[in-house]
Amino acid sequence: MATDYAALKKGGWMRQKQKNRFALRVHVVGGHMTEKQLIGVSKVAEKYGEGYVHLTARQSLEIPFIRLEDIEAVKAELAEFDVVPSVCGPRVRTTTACQGSAVCPSASIDTYNLATEIDERYFAKELPGKFKFGITGCQNNCLKTEENDIGIKGAESVDWIEDNCIQCGVCVKACRENAIKLEDGRIIIDEDKCTYCGRCAKSCPSDAYEEHPGYIMSFGGMYGNHFHKGRQILPFVQSHDKLIQLCDACINFFHDHGKAGDRFQNCIAREGEDTFDAYIKEVFEKSEESAAEEASKPLELTDWKLRTDI
Amino acid sequence: MAVEKAGFQIDDTVDITDVVCPVTFVKAKVALEELDDGQVLSVHMNDGEPVQNVPRSIKEEGHKILKLIDNEDGTYDLIVRKVEE
Repeated sequence: MATDYAALKKGGWMRQKQKNRFALRVHVVGGHMTEKQLIGVSKVAEKYGEGYVHLTARQSLEIPFIRLEDIEAVKAELAEFDVVPSVCGPRVRTTTACQGSAVCPSASIDTYNLATEIDERYFAKELPGKFKFGITGCQNNCLKTEENDIGIKGAESVDWIEDNCIQCGVCVKACRENAIKLEDGRIIIDEDKCTYCGRCAKSCPSDAYEEHPGYIMSFGGMYGNHFHKGRQILPFVQSHDKLIQLCDACINFFHDHGKAGDRFQNCIAREGEDTFDAYIKEVFEKSEESAAEEASKPLELTDWKLRTDI
Repeated sequence: MAVEKAGFQIDDTVDITDVVCPVTFVKAKVALEELDDGQVLSVHMNDGEPVQNVPRSIKEEGHKILKLIDNEDGTYDLIVRKVEE
């Protein structure tokens, strides 16, 4: 029987230049692997590979030099350690993330939980081309989110709490945009300069800022044969459900307008950036109720081809 | 012998204008370790990165920031009360 290389690639098995050898990409979400998963990968690399793994540019992990005839055995052994193959080709790929607010003092959002949610909602969905999500906790942007088709950056809006403020002036200096003034004992924030980075609140020694986490999104990034920096387009996105509604809208736009082999930006450029910008702004303006309803249900697409090979 | 600065009784002073990040914070942290719980340290630091980062790092260590004084010569004095874990 002829080997179905396309099906193998879809299931995360990448053909090597060496005959009948494959590098297996395993499914990693948000850059986390448990010690159990690492042990499983280690065992398989030793038994079926060449005793090493390759860490990919996007927080995945590949086990090279697996023989074609061992593929089923490898899948079974990895499954015992909660490791499943990832995907390659024209579909939603690994969702990458920095460590986020679970450990990082700078982060505004819990990137790992969001990455898990995004992965559960979109991972391996069939699209005209590859589609990547990247999530970072704050505007230090350790994850370089603009490289992704959709980039999500943690951000926060703040409210000054006058009663808690000791007028120390630390926030004025912590702000990198010079958006804060301390005048006559009052904090004045220049909304036009504020980038929602939250450094004022993080630096405040007296809890005089109320933090409201949210997101800054970028659209259409790619860093392969052609470069394009994802564009921000929208203002600060405050709600989680709105974020999901916007992600759904992008997937639908790409699904409906993309040609085989496109990246999201190729599709946006062909339809016209003005057209896409108007479309995404319209979704942004939709009611919070509509966003809540959409986020509470799985993504819906009529001719969706669900992945069945893992 | 405590001295007074901006209405605070200062127990010790450390100058971190002669070092760069991350030694700025380390030097301040070492100075705080020398103090007893509740004593007050004045940290003399440069404008720019030190004043943007050192107050926050000290806060994250659990100490209480009382005041940031702008000396209007490109330096600042951060007044910190030591809080034991």
